[in-house]
Amino acid sequence: MGRIDHTQVVTPVRSCAEDSEESPGCPLPVNEYQAVLLAHGGGGRLTQQLVRHLFLSQFQNEHLNRLHDGAVLPVSASRLAFTTDSYVVNPIVFAGGDIGKLAVNGTVNDLAMCGARPCYLSAAFIIEEGLPMDELRRIACSMQDAARHAGVHVVTGDTKVVDRGKGDKLFITTSGIGLIDSGVDIHPSRLRPGDKIILSGPIGQHGIAILSAREGLEFESQIESDTAPLGELVMRMLEACKNVHVLRDPTRGGVATTLNEIAAQAKLGLVIDEERIPVPDEVRGACEILGLDPLYVANEGKLLAGVPTADCALVLDAMRADPQGRDATVIGEVTADHPGMVLMKTRIGGMRVVDLLSGEQLPRIC
Amino acid sequence: MRYVDEFRNERVAKAYAEAIRRTTTRPWTIMEVCGGQTHTIVKFGIESLLPEAITLIHGPGCPVCVTPLEMIDKAIAIASRKDVLFTSFGDMLRVPGSHTDLLTVKAQGGDIRMVYSPLDAVRLARENPSRQVVFFAVGFETTAPANAMAVFQAKRFGLSNFSILCAHVLVPPAIEAILSSAESRVQGFLSAGHVCTVMGYEEYLPLAETYRIPIVVTGFEPVDILQGVYMIVRQLEEGRWEVENQYRRSVRREGNLPARKLLAEVFEVSHRKWRGIGEIPCSGYRLSTKYAAYDAEQRFDMTGGESEESPLCIAGLVLQGLKKPHECPAFGTHCTPERPLGAPMVSSEGACAAYYHFARGIRTTRQAAGVE
Repeated sequence: MGRIDHTQVVTPVRSCAEDSEESPGCPLPVNEYQAVLLAHGGGGRLTQQLVRHLFLSQFQNEHLNRLHDGAVLPVSASRLAFTTDSYVVNPIVFAGGDIGKLAVNGTVNDLAMCGARPCYLSAAFIIEEGLPMDELRRIACSMQDAARHAGVHVVTGDTKVVDRGKGDKLFITTSGIGLIDSGVDIHPSRLRPGDKIILSGPIGQHGIAILSAREGLEFESQIESDTAPLGELVMRMLEACKNVHVLRDPTRGGVATTLNEIAAQAKLGLVIDEERIPVPDEVRGACEILGLDPLYVANEGKLLAGVPTADCALVLDAMRADPQGRDATVIGEVTADHPGMVLMKTRIGGMRVVDLLSGEQLPRIC
Repeated sequence: MRYVDEFRNERVAKAYAEAIRRTTTRPWTIMEVCGGQTHTIVKFGIESLLPEAITLIHGPGCPVCVTPLEMIDKAIAIASRKDVLFTSFGDMLRVPGSHTDLLTVKAQGGDIRMVYSPLDAVRLARENPSRQVVFFAVGFETTAPANAMAVFQAKRFGLSNFSILCAHVLVPPAIEAILSSAESRVQGFLSAGHVCTVMGYEEYLPLAETYRIPIVVTGFEPVDILQGVYMIVRQLEEGRWEVENQYRRSVRREGNLPARKLLAEVFEVSHRKWRGIGEIPCSGYRLSTKYAAYDAEQRFDMTGGESEESPLCIAGLVLQGLKKPHECPAFGTHCTPERPLGAPMVSSEGACAAYYHFARGIRTTRQAAGVE
């Protein structure tokens, strides 16, 4: 982790949302450079300017402001959750979000899936030479908005600049620390036959939004990524019932892949009901046209939970009181039959295996 | 969603399943020709609703599966060239050639792009005048009109940097090849609805008559498939062999005349080799003389060539319905979706991949659906 060696942070931060499009909302003019140069990663004055004007001014908080080699953090829990994830999404801006918002929410959600209250993030930026400064600034703003929204602080960070062609505009790695309350124990091994499987809302939006942006596909209505922080939702669930057995966010590989992981780790079978899995019409339409299965399409603001039947109503009520869980619904249950396998009752009343894909889902010819 | 939800209705589907069960008095073997239908059968668990007396055989209608190995090798050779921007539908990219596949070539620096329409490839050719843009034109009569349109447009725009690697195949000759095989077990065909949307179904009348076999032009939604199976079973039980049209909302007897006119303009019928089956006379398209300049095989001097299939792979027998995928000694051992020996293990529509994902659960799913 490189250090951020700066001595002062001056200006209070405003929200990007408060600013018009003409002024991207950063309090300081970065400098005369319109684009990131290799020299911005050289460790000298330009690096300092970049870090101070672009990142520090956004992310400032008491831990980051100490500007040490690393952040020194107070902790008031006996157990921590710790996670890391890299974000390489292309394009870096898409309907409903951008790489920065995704990098915050994704790591926040990984912490939440441990039953932890997300607290601190690190952020490492690998920037391709030539990235317009405005674009980077907008993404830093959006990260700070997302962090504020999720109730976390970016407390340490790093920037590197690589030669043009050696990266793809911008890669971000975020790591996160969250605190776990006593009595909370989330793991697939805790699943029991009869447990209910809850899905927090409609699926497939993120994957289709990215695909549409990347491939220039135009649908009648724009599909927006569902990227959102789930920490608050999880806290509400755990307040209602500490006995939640499993939490997972169905990101890459979608609901199907995540359910398979849960079944394999729990050594139990899952049976889900296609009719009860909410798929927005525009996602369904896009999937029908492209020959994709929404069950395998990525989500960035949804979770799957396994809870004992007795607690299910309580947990559902708590979820539905949160904006991210408004459409939460039971989609299936756990069984001792066919361990490791996920079966689905299809829309027409048939049964099929919902298996893992061997690679990325590829659109079909006809 | 209109035209979708009605055809995925549980009550209607179960009513057809029940009607099939009531009508069936002995075992029948039915082949669905099209990979799209195989996909629906697997995705909706249709086999779990059918009585055990009905056997569905997944036919050779997956374009990914039947494109011959040497064509894949040619695609790989062309895509590896520095001056080429190679375009293809997504599911061709993972098909193994003799030594590698297109995704690997891409990883090694080949400029390979997945497109959703052949017209996107024409657009790329216009945007990249200094590069040779090649589109891998695979598929049945269904994809042929759009691919023909791409060539037609390229000629109209006067593009000299666009060509197609043409591997088009035709359904009726393949059905005839299967029926004329002495070993064929197929007693009825669900014919491919979208192929017939383009071509109509007059070509099937002599086939049904000659081989005394019922053929039902069938759609792609679960209720379509179940209704198609019901119509076949009724013909079989009543001793009839007719061409019937289940997919009336899309298919007319004469097909889509403007599309057929364009096909006749751009393509001509030719002999074509099918992966795993061998050469079938008059079973494919090549570019007509008028459009021969857009033939990538000519442009990159790739004509001729023979590639050796893995001796372990019995894809040909599977595609003709003579063997079930799991009867192959390599199935699930030497041949898996991660390391496929033959194309039917690659595509989600391929019979072997469908079995790999599905068959291990078929007994479980039948029990769970309450069929047994």
